[in-house]
Amino acid sequence: MDLSVTLKGQTRDLVLKNPVLTASGTFGYGLEFVTYGDLSELGGIVVKGLSLHPREGNSSPRIIETTAGMLNAVGLQNDGVESFCLEKLPRLPWHKTSIIANIYAASVDEFAELAARLDQEEGVAALEVNVSCPNVKAGGALFGQDPALASSVTSAVRRAAPHKHIMVKLSPNVTDIALMARSVEDAGADSISCINTLLGMAVDIQTRRPSLANVVGGLSGPAIKPVALRCVWQVARAVKIPVVGLGGILTAEDALEFMLVGAKAVQVGTGNFMRPDCAFALTQTLPAVCERLGIDNLTSFCGSLQLDS
Amino acid sequence: MVSFLLTVRLLCAYNKPMSQPNSCELEVLDLVPFGQTGNESRFFALRLGRPNWNIWCPGQFVMLRPHNFGLDIPWARPLAICHMTARHMICFFQVRGKGTRRMAELRPGDKVRVWGPLGNGFVMEPDTPTLLLAGGMGIVPFVGYVSEHLKPWNVSMLFGHREHISCYPVDSINEHIPVDSLREPENGDLDNFIYTIQERMREYAEQKGLVLACGPSPFLRTVQTFAAELGVRCQISLETRMACGVGACLGCVTKTTTAWPVGEKRERHVQVCTHGPVFWASQVAL
Repeated sequence: MDLSVTLKGQTRDLVLKNPVLTASGTFGYGLEFVTYGDLSELGGIVVKGLSLHPREGNSSPRIIETTAGMLNAVGLQNDGVESFCLEKLPRLPWHKTSIIANIYAASVDEFAELAARLDQEEGVAALEVNVSCPNVKAGGALFGQDPALASSVTSAVRRAAPHKHIMVKLSPNVTDIALMARSVEDAGADSISCINTLLGMAVDIQTRRPSLANVVGGLSGPAIKPVALRCVWQVARAVKIPVVGLGGILTAEDALEFMLVGAKAVQVGTGNFMRPDCAFALTQTLPAVCERLGIDNLTSFCGSLQLDS
Repeated sequence: MVSFLLTVRLLCAYNKPMSQPNSCELEVLDLVPFGQTGNESRFFALRLGRPNWNIWCPGQFVMLRPHNFGLDIPWARPLAICHMTARHMICFFQVRGKGTRRMAELRPGDKVRVWGPLGNGFVMEPDTPTLLLAGGMGIVPFVGYVSEHLKPWNVSMLFGHREHISCYPVDSINEHIPVDSLREPENGDLDNFIYTIQERMREYAEQKGLVLACGPSPFLRTVQTFAAELGVRCQISLETRMACGVGACLGCVTKTTTAWPVGEKRERHVQVCTHGPVFWASQVAL
């Protein structure tokens, strides 16, 4: 069965050998997982969010387990774009699988500078623009909650990185996600990934303190899957550009649910924490699950949800 | 034999990950409760089949996720490797929350997913007088340490604990070295414990020895302070909340000090799971 997928963008296409990507912030730079599977078997790797300069992130505790999920407020700790390009990227199998650089910045200009830097890297297949991080004070989710801001970030990145496929990652923490999707499509996005984490909170009634130092954090894991599915369905109906679905995907069956409502590809996130070979196992089992369900063509399966009663 | 001993020594002496970690499914062989009977047991030795990796170092840990966690408990639990034999791996845990409560329900034949060995281990220098300082459950990695040590007569241990001594795997250590144990259920006893730690560390400082500590954070902070005052080489093993154990989630970070060996990582966050859990006491800020 041919699992390859082409995300047909407005400017640049992104060809994936299969529809399984790993989600930003859950798979490090990929190198952390080399002993658990063959990176080149994955459809792509979305690396930990990169910023122009190294970031220390938030103080601890940064993560807390919740029922069927987790909250995180890591705050985009990373070594900066230069360290990624010089030290990590050369060690990744970028000629065999798509490396997607997730980028975060606190201003439109900084987004453009970061995108221009990565545009020069042959090993980077696409940029995923993070306009939806709930855990940073400057910018962060604001970009993803205001259609005009999201649009200006998208077009700035589009101009600064003309050689790359531009994927924009949307936040579910909005009133109308379809509206956000249309804004970034109009601004030149090649594809949309959704959803980022849901803003959440956990407290300790014994100590009467919040469980996270940042007080609030992003909820991920199986708990958010129904919300993610709904968002992907709404976005896929609202735009013409391809949608990449994520939120609580652990198994091939989960992945197919997202594809059924319109996703062309998926990302595995928190599942990578639940077992480090989660994305590899999903990729390996996908053909057999498709066969069992009588799906012989993934492209025609995508978005084939029957709505008639 | 000599080359085997040399290999073990070289592998353990340089504080590096020992084996390529991987993920496998292991079977529960048994779950043995520790401590006094009567109440519901809260301390358990979990004996699993041996994973397919063969080199490990005491102080390293595994991530363990039983199938009975289902979807509602998403994270695996980080557990120190207590002991390895030719056929088994033994982990030891105390019931503290919903994950460990679910682990206490495991039965022979149940399956658990395990990935490891993770992190680095304690330095092992057979000829150096070595003091092990354990606080409560911090005793667990030292079971493996004393059984793997080539010259256990150079090792001694001070063990402070709150629960009855029968709750902890002390017998496995007593087989190799004598354990000096102090129970500190009252506050007054804590001062006595701290004083004893200081005096024992002073002895090892004078002998140019090595101090290795594992236990709760306040205990490690005390050890760290004395190590700096006395100028004794000291490693501490940190216990933190972890989601992945492989360096990806960035949930377990600790701050380094100016003594950290890599310049650009001084006074920065590093992951406990991949840069630790064992650190030189001078190199991390607790």
